[in-house]
Amino acid sequence: MSLPRARLERVEAWGMSTWSTSYVFRPVDKQGILEAIDEAGRTGLKIALKGGGNSYGDAFQSPEGVVIDLSRMTRILSYDRQTGVIRCEPGVTIEALWEHVIGDGWWPPVVSGTSKVTLGGALAANIHGKNNFHAGPIGEHVRSFRLLKVDGTSVECNQDDDLFYAVIGGFGLLGVITEIELQLKRIHSGKLRVEAFASGNWDETIRIFAEQENHDYLVAWIDGFAQGQCAGRGLIHAADYLDEGEDPHPEETLSVRAQELPDTAMGWIPKSKMHSLMSPFVSRFGMRFTNALKFRSAKKEHGKVILQRFAEFNFLLDSVPNWKFAYKPGALIQYQAFIPKENAQITLADITEYARDRKHPPFLAVMKRHRPDKFLLSHAVDGYSLALDFPVGRRNREDLWALTAELDRLVLAAGGRFYFAKDSTMRQTTADAYLGEAVQRFMDIKRQLDPENLLQTSLSRRIFGDL
Amino acid sequence: MERYPWQKAIVVGATGGIGAEIARNLKAHGCDVAIVGRDQTKLDSLTAGLALGADRSFAYDVLDFQNTQDAFDAIVQKLGGLDLLVFSAGLLPPVGETEYDIEKDRATIDTNLTAGMAWCNAAAKRFERAKAGCIIGIGSPSGDRGRRGNPAYGASKAGFENYLESLRNRLGRHNVSVVTAKPGPVRTPMTARFGALPGMIEADVAAAEVLRKSTRFSRTFYVPGKWWLASKIVQAIPSRIFRRMKI
Repeated sequence: MSLPRARLERVEAWGMSTWSTSYVFRPVDKQGILEAIDEAGRTGLKIALKGGGNSYGDAFQSPEGVVIDLSRMTRILSYDRQTGVIRCEPGVTIEALWEHVIGDGWWPPVVSGTSKVTLGGALAANIHGKNNFHAGPIGEHVRSFRLLKVDGTSVECNQDDDLFYAVIGGFGLLGVITEIELQLKRIHSGKLRVEAFASGNWDETIRIFAEQENHDYLVAWIDGFAQGQCAGRGLIHAADYLDEGEDPHPEETLSVRAQELPDTAMGWIPKSKMHSLMSPFVSRFGMRFTNALKFRSAKKEHGKVILQRFAEFNFLLDSVPNWKFAYKPGALIQYQAFIPKENAQITLADITEYARDRKHPPFLAVMKRHRPDKFLLSHAVDGYSLALDFPVGRRNREDLWALTAELDRLVLAAGGRFYFAKDSTMRQTTADAYLGEAVQRFMDIKRQLDPENLLQTSLSRRIFGDL
Repeated sequence: MERYPWQKAIVVGATGGIGAEIARNLKAHGCDVAIVGRDQTKLDSLTAGLALGADRSFAYDVLDFQNTQDAFDAIVQKLGGLDLLVFSAGLLPPVGETEYDIEKDRATIDTNLTAGMAWCNAAAKRFERAKAGCIIGIGSPSGDRGRRGNPAYGASKAGFENYLESLRNRLGRHNVSVVTAKPGPVRTPMTARFGALPGMIEADVAAAEVLRKSTRFSRTFYVPGKWWLASKIVQAIPSRIFRRMKI
């Protein structure tokens, strides 16, 4: 056995909570992917697929195995300016995509909180945006994709195929998506109309969400430190596309230049250094202070309507590059639970309160509205999700994992679901509980496409066991 | 019990003395340990004693330098990664006052130094890529001065310690720690023929201290720490006096 030793690299979860060493291949075309698969077959190594590497946990990890990093396959294969249909390779990022199309009045129909994800990764995770309750996940806007199976053959899948609903959201366990055809969203301005609502507690937060469901986008920041009467307080943003004619000069904002995020803060602090300035605040005390401060400013923002650029509104996580480094020398994990609307208020309140009582207050809490979809390993429900960021250190790690196991029980009892792209802690029993027979159906498809189980990740072994 | 920062470890020279106790200690702290030794029978009994799986025990002669890299890779594959390499294989053959036997000396140097370099080189390459990891090498106060008793042993330890220092200086910038642990007299099969020596400690005590200190430092230390002072004094003795002494 001679391993491709020169390719050995550290592959770290986005949240830095786990890492492993793998033999990393970075193909630029289908031929390169096949070579990597051959190499893995020859040496008996397992393969994980990696896109932008923005999954919080171990979705793209293959300890001592092969990682095929597809982020160098960045060609745009075809693009129709009239119809907004674009066909890309999997390494094209959301950022590259919107920059390519915005000048023609198009926008990706679904985007994540960071624009650094690749389209291949976006399909593998079936990402959602702040418009999930209207637009669904990105998979619903995919016209078709080309799947390269591990045996070297390719197949084109569209919305009429069962395979379509298994591969999207299938976390790269069925094959390699090599081409993606997406229907873009027509926009008539580079700005969104954004309305802000401050809420004082869970009652108000849920009420505002319910009242504002007619908006295209809804997202809330929740103060995870607030207790008692104030628990669930936060700031809700509702945003809408502008209709044709509402923006008298759309050409002014429909350009990369107009959308560009500033590279300095307050005009003089380089953004690339910002994370080190944030670092002192990444502590329980500092975060309590920061959250409280944010709520004070939220109250001032209440009721205001502003026009905000798409990039600014959507890609909040990009506003400070590498902000995760502020958690160093520790790391962070995110715990995102999706709760059906009937049980949402009680369960969301329980989760945050329980975490706080267990001395793990979430440093950041974000709430969104969702609706179900037809994908096999779906994370969506007709309800709400709450994403909690927890710092991980050497000392609190085991306790935090134990806490999330307990939170899992609360979520499952409420009929909730989870999202593998964010997950670092879920156990097999939890996945079985909410996915039910979907796991078996997924495995049946996997056995056909990948009979030797070449495609395996740390995530897949954690939640599905040894395949 | 406080957990070590390592999850997956290889102990080379695990069939006797300090190595066996280090393996035992790591296992007790919840680490996934692979043991490497020459003697299959001893390996088997240690495997049984530690309740290790058969796939965690590797019979390998450390003198087989050619295949060390492959053996190392195979073990790491089995473990699914590596955080810690302990090299504790050691040879201390009895050498007469007037004996100058190159075969014997060479075996000592090969086991204590060349084999150590072969294993640590393999680990160093990997840890540099991983930007993490720890290498523990077992040195000896014998490496501090050229003593009358066993020229090759002292030379091998001095060489190994110098090598480890180079590794430390190479790998420190990559967040890899390299530890040189220098135990004083420890009751092990290797030292059994000397009987009770002054200040002698048990192997499990030595192993625990080596590991505990390795979680905190990336440097050379004595085990127990008091030998640092003793060693400094010995080092300060002028050569003209040292050569007349019996140590």
